[in-house]
Amino acid sequence: MGKITLPELGEGITKATVACWHVKTGDAVKKDDDLVELVTDKATFNVPADGDGTVKEIYVEEGKEADVGSVLAVIE
Amino acid sequence: MRDCRIRDLGLIEYQDAYEIQKEYAAKVADGHPDTLLFCEHPTVLTLGRMTKKDSILWSSQELEKNNVQVLPIDRGGDVTLHAPGQLVVYSIFDLNYHGKNLHEYLRNLEQVGIALLDGFDIVANRHPEQTGVWIKHKKIMSIGIGVRKWVSYHGIGLNVNTDLDYFSMIRPCGLNVTMTSMAKIKGEPVSMDEVKEKLISVFSQIFELKII
Repeated sequence: MGKITLPELGEGITKATVACWHVKTGDAVKKDDDLVELVTDKATFNVPADGDGTVKEIYVEEGKEADVGSVLAVIE
Repeated sequence: MRDCRIRDLGLIEYQDAYEIQKEYAAKVADGHPDTLLFCEHPTVLTLGRMTKKDSILWSSQELEKNNVQVLPIDRGGDVTLHAPGQLVVYSIFDLNYHGKNLHEYLRNLEQVGIALLDGFDIVANRHPEQTGVWIKHKKIMSIGIGVRKWVSYHGIGLNVNTDLDYFSMIRPCGLNVTMTSMAKIKGEPVSMDEVKEKLISVFSQIFELKII
């Protein structure tokens, strides 16, 4: 666990918008739980937790855009 | 080659098909074969995550009077209309086996539409900026996808025999575009069974699927 970053989604896709968070700060999460739904022009993409932990901090609010590779949240 | 099964749901309410999609998406994420779901929906407007406020042109009273449901859903894109005569294909693919690339996946879905239409002697193209399949300046096939655990859901809506008057309700995909259909271009209704049969073959070629 640790930093949850905006993953590579494919060539030419450099940004995505945070559509909604499925979790909030302090929530316990399990591996593969959906954390956040991202949206690009024609696709939504759910980013899962890569392990068990607690949501420490959320960095990108709903409705805001973020670059591929940027940190969306920290899970410990 | 990746195994793929086909399920034809016939005419089915949007939400019922959505539940079935979710079941198959969970199965595919668990290692089941890729799945293509074919269906048609009673008239419904679905609102993708990028829907703009002015994309629906009819008032809520007009929509209600005409029995048109409006459903916000978890796919990309703006407003879409589904109605009988439009073939909806939900492609539930494990994208780990298809490039793990949303851009490429969308382009491949467009290629499915272009190749299918070519089989009916209809020349279709991509638009330089807008996802979908176009015939000159008119749109014939819309695309919107969702991805969870790298498994895709939602998919394409191809106007085969759709009553195009329905599209006066909306700005399709938030654009001022005119929609068209295969029937409109051919000047006569097109056999849905023939479209399905050819689509299976085109999907299997483009995505290297073995139909089981």
